[in-house]
Amino acid sequence: MSLASLRLQKEITMDTLAVESQKGDRNPSLIRISDFDFSYGDKQALFDINMDIAEREVTAFIGPSGCGKSTLLRCINRMNDLIESARIDRGKVEVNGVDIYDERVDATELRKRIGMVFQKSNPFPKSIYENVIYGLRIQGVNRKPQLDETVERCLKGAALWEEVKDRLDTSGLSLSGGQQQRLCIARAMAVGPDVLLMDEPCSALDPVATAKIEELIHELKNEYTILIVTHNMQQAARVSDRTAFFYMGNLIEMNATDQIFMSPDKEQTEAYISGRFG
Amino acid sequence: MKRYFHEELEAVRSHLMEMGERAVESANLALRALEQRDLDIADSVIEGDDMIDAIETRIDEEVARYISLRAPVAKDLRLLFVAVKASHDLERVGDEATSIAKRTKKMLSSNETYRGLGRVPDMCELAISMLKEALLSFIQEEEDIAHQIIGRDKAVDALNRENFKEFVELMKDDPSKVDVYAEMIFISKSFERIADHAKNISEEVYFLLTSQSLKQVIKEETKS
Repeated sequence: MSLASLRLQKEITMDTLAVESQKGDRNPSLIRISDFDFSYGDKQALFDINMDIAEREVTAFIGPSGCGKSTLLRCINRMNDLIESARIDRGKVEVNGVDIYDERVDATELRKRIGMVFQKSNPFPKSIYENVIYGLRIQGVNRKPQLDETVERCLKGAALWEEVKDRLDTSGLSLSGGQQQRLCIARAMAVGPDVLLMDEPCSALDPVATAKIEELIHELKNEYTILIVTHNMQQAARVSDRTAFFYMGNLIEMNATDQIFMSPDKEQTEAYISGRFG
Repeated sequence: MKRYFHEELEAVRSHLMEMGERAVESANLALRALEQRDLDIADSVIEGDDMIDAIETRIDEEVARYISLRAPVAKDLRLLFVAVKASHDLERVGDEATSIAKRTKKMLSSNETYRGLGRVPDMCELAISMLKEALLSFIQEEEDIAHQIIGRDKAVDALNRENFKEFVELMKDDPSKVDVYAEMIFISKSFERIADHAKNISEEVYFLLTSQSLKQVIKEETKS
């Protein structure tokens, strides 16, 4: 190994050292949650949540079980509509400036724009090919060239193409856990969403499969806005640009991930990330 | 599998090498300023020290960030410890070179002439070769290079003692030059310290590459 191969491409100067250490630039806001209170029946689950989520960033939600992070994630594509006792008490969730709980907003259309990947991979008992294009079929798309193009593009995007391209007609259920999860990500990508919500996408995966999903998240953020709920704080630290810490339904602190893990503002956040909680 | 954040480790390595090159250059220039009685060169050494300090600060930040966000283990973790320790040594090398440059300026501005430099140039050459090889062992990941540097520190110490005696004799010969030769004693000591830092870096690189303490290894070798 030569000395030259170790050198950075650009010359180091006082200016570059100073500029590189500033990481304040952010993309424009895509999702805005304001004064948001949410309940399941009599039990309030979220209290006065306010946050801005920038486009093409990865935002991690962390916090102990029951803190409301998954509830908030599910509010962003109205998955909680399916729960009878679920109720918004106050505030709103806006995506691209549109209040998604406005009665004129079609929840199904919304979920095309905001895809979701769950803790446990849930491929349909269909072929790999049909799994990917399931959403398009429902929309009435049946043109083979378009479907073929979508399958290849999304499986490549989900870093699965090379592993399955020769067996697209085999069942999605025949894949390993990590491959199934990437298949679900490909399926979510096929309907052309702007946002991907991921609810503990790696909790059932081994470290190798987890690393692949994390690499994928890192790649996907060039095109998608990603929100990920995770119990694995090191995962949040590795994959996200910003981290939000929740406790008992409250958003305690949200900041750049560097800031949260190196020097959080709130004592509660520091106690949680350093394992001194409770 | 190489992960996207492994590039951050390469940046730490790269910054450490950059710092090493600048520290070597600084020590070289400090000797040139002394030999050639050149104020401009002495000034360039003093000015260059800020950059060395800034790179050390940057390395500290990168290491703190990597440890906080990436949970490194094994060799990655050792690299980060070594980066912090070696960058501190290199920062001290920069300080010693700056100290030599300042003393050179002081001697030149007093208009006192000085007769010979004793074994200072030899010391400087030896110390810088130790420093370069310590950095080479880091780049090439060869612990043997780091191992063989250690013994040479004794030669630098011997030269420093020789210098001390010579400069004390010169003071006795011409008491009006006590100030000048006192500065030369300090300069000699600065080069001896640069060699100490090179030795430290060798030990740090050895630990990085083998997970073993070089001091302990040499102790065991001496026993057997």
